[in-house]
Amino acid sequence: MFGPLIVKPSKAKGDKTGSWRVKLKPKFLQKNCIACKMCVLICPEGCIQGEDKNTYISNYEYCKGCGLCAQVCPKADIVMIEEGAEGEKK
Amino acid sequence: MESEPLFKPGHTACAGCGQALAARLVIDAAGSNTIVVNNTGCLEVFSTTYPESAWNVPWIHSLFENAAAVASGVEAALIYLGKKDTTNVIAQAGDGGTADIGLQALSGMWERGHDILYVCYDNEAYENTGIQRSGLTPYGANTTTTPPGAKSIGNICYKKPMPEIANAHGIPYVATASCGFPQDVQRKVKKAISIKGPKYIQIHVPCPLGWRHETELTYQIARLAVETGLYPLIEYENGKLAAVRKIAQPKPVEEYLKAQGRFKHLLNNPEQIKQIQEIADNNIQKYNLKG
Amino acid sequence: MKEFLEGSRAVAEIIKLCKPGVISAYPITPQTHIVEELAHMVADGELNAQFVNVESEHSAASVVLGAVATGVRAFTATSSQGLLYMAEVLFNISGLRLPLVMTCANRAISAPINIWNDQQDSVSLRDAGWIQLYAENIQEAADLHLVGYRLSEDKSIMLPVMVCMDGFILTHGMETVDIPQQEEVDKFLPPYKPLYKLDPAQPLTFGLLADPDYYLETRFAIQETFKDVLKMLPKINEEFKNHFGRDYKDGLVEEYFTRDAEKVIVAMGSVCGTIKEVVDAQRAKGKKAGLLKIISYRPFPYAKVYDALKDVPRVAVLDKAVSPGAYAPLAIEVKATFSGKKKAPKVVSSFVAGLGGRDITPESVKEIFSKLTQKEVSLEFIDLKPELLKEEYGE
Repeated sequence: MFGPLIVKPSKAKGDKTGSWRVKLKPKFLQKNCIACKMCVLICPEGCIQGEDKNTYISNYEYCKGCGLCAQVCPKADIVMIEEGAEGEKK
Repeated sequence: MESEPLFKPGHTACAGCGQALAARLVIDAAGSNTIVVNNTGCLEVFSTTYPESAWNVPWIHSLFENAAAVASGVEAALIYLGKKDTTNVIAQAGDGGTADIGLQALSGMWERGHDILYVCYDNEAYENTGIQRSGLTPYGANTTTTPPGAKSIGNICYKKPMPEIANAHGIPYVATASCGFPQDVQRKVKKAISIKGPKYIQIHVPCPLGWRHETELTYQIARLAVETGLYPLIEYENGKLAAVRKIAQPKPVEEYLKAQGRFKHLLNNPEQIKQIQEIADNNIQKYNLKG
Repeated sequence: MKEFLEGSRAVAEIIKLCKPGVISAYPITPQTHIVEELAHMVADGELNAQFVNVESEHSAASVVLGAVATGVRAFTATSSQGLLYMAEVLFNISGLRLPLVMTCANRAISAPINIWNDQQDSVSLRDAGWIQLYAENIQEAADLHLVGYRLSEDKSIMLPVMVCMDGFILTHGMETVDIPQQEEVDKFLPPYKPLYKLDPAQPLTFGLLADPDYYLETRFAIQETFKDVLKMLPKINEEFKNHFGRDYKDGLVEEYFTRDAEKVIVAMGSVCGTIKEVVDAQRAKGKKAGLLKIISYRPFPYAKVYDALKDVPRVAVLDKAVSPGAYAPLAIEVKATFSGKKKAPKVVSSFVAGLGGRDITPESVKEIFSKLTQKEVSLEFIDLKPELLKEEYGE
């Protein structure tokens, strides 16, 4: 008999840590992006994805709203806005 | 169609966690042919709470002080199976699990010459148990076991020189890194993995909770530590200082200190700031960082 | 093949036949010869294994944990202080449900520091989730390692096994031992096929944090699996007999003239050899004495003990360990066997002897038999020297 023991990571969905955001979320303006990928690199969640210029965006199901992507973007193309500012649902 | 990341989002690290950032950088650089041995600490807890796991590589929790020893066993088994050449082994731990309780196992692993990359995530205290001081807590820091008070200025000890200790073991590659320089972290990990034998990389990772700073400042504060000379980025290869990150204009330590609540108590104490400035100045001189 | 061997060498020979891929240990008397013999075998190419000379027992246990987790059979050995030092790793190994065999060369625990034999070390770790098997002689010690790997690696068990052999007495004593042939061992013990392992081809996460919603079931599962061990040991010993000719019956206990006995001593380990001699002498005089040898201390074979002793009027339990402030460890298991049962011995007396390596002679055993009267002894130390004791501290 075995109890809770080993996890197949492919089966693990992860917590929806997007629900942690209280105040701010990153808005990806997708205007002046040069696809430097600093945002992808710096996100502690690893939840930012994109391919070409102006396609980068975070996965809001996991984004905790820490603000690091906005801080590192060399083109200030990411801004922190208030959660729910654009009438968006979380 | 993106493949699943090796370190998945959905873990429960604090927002802005430097260690989460660095852990992802490390495993992405190492690649999927990697077995990870992880000690007890924030990283282990927030990335593997049953039934969730953030790791798309084989991963095992070692206990607190023995990541290096369990990794030695993994490496020995891989050699026996004839698979060591195609499989990386990473042992990783926090600063406490490395410099304090983990030093014995780590020293043994280095001395025996196992082909393992050891990564120390240095957030300069036992953050997971509530911000207690460790052997890598810097001079003057406020921790719950070195609080400033009427009779104390905070931590009065200096960081244990782990890179020098590693180097003294005669291992082929030792490096310090910082999550404020993420590409550098990955370059160093890739380089380490290409070298056979024991490797040590110590990554400076700010902890917004323990260091008392806003979550979005993790990157900047990490960079300030380097730019003041307080956290030199260096590489030792085969015992010799091979490369350093030069600092064109070293910033005064006060800029670094005032960005964090854990040094707040020192800000009106010029004597102590001078002490800390000396640490930075000594580093700059010792490693010839100016340039 | 029969050879006159030192106990440690016999263990090393059997381990060699089990073909572990990783061996890691830290020296501590009296385990040292086992590991030294293995080192020679590896150095001479007789045994293909990675031999990892670690800097502590905690790391030795950690290395074998890592090796087994990676899918390779492993071995370590220790005693006393070393066993205690690696204690948290032992809990980790059983909690992770990893198979392993470890020799514990039983030795007393400091303070005072003492390198001679008693069973305090392994008995103190009876809660670690390891199967514990105790050897009476060197042949048994060797055989238990082979049985141990077979049992441990069974996919329904996946629990580590500690083979306990009395330090010096069995590790440094010499006996004629039958060491089996490799082909026969290979038929009895196939290569280790892991149920789960660390492998980049199939990433798995081992050793997660289990909060209060999950932890309880892991412990329940281990408790239930120990019941399976009680059923599996007799099966494995039956197979062992068919392969190697030695019959350990159920592999849980050995009944030595207990069936019609009026007085039985219950004991574990090498002292059983001495007790058997005294039983033989008593029987020759017409006295109905007997010995119940406990082989499996964990899981404790309550049903077998009950069956063997339920009709025996007087039982003495000989402990080579203490649980200060409470009944002796083996005695309490024997007492618990009869709790709430219809039949029970009239007397279960508890005797502690042999601590710190003090010899248990045939005279000591006779003394136990003679002290086994209708008055139950709750705990008595045999061969105590009162002249060494003072009520108050002083020069």
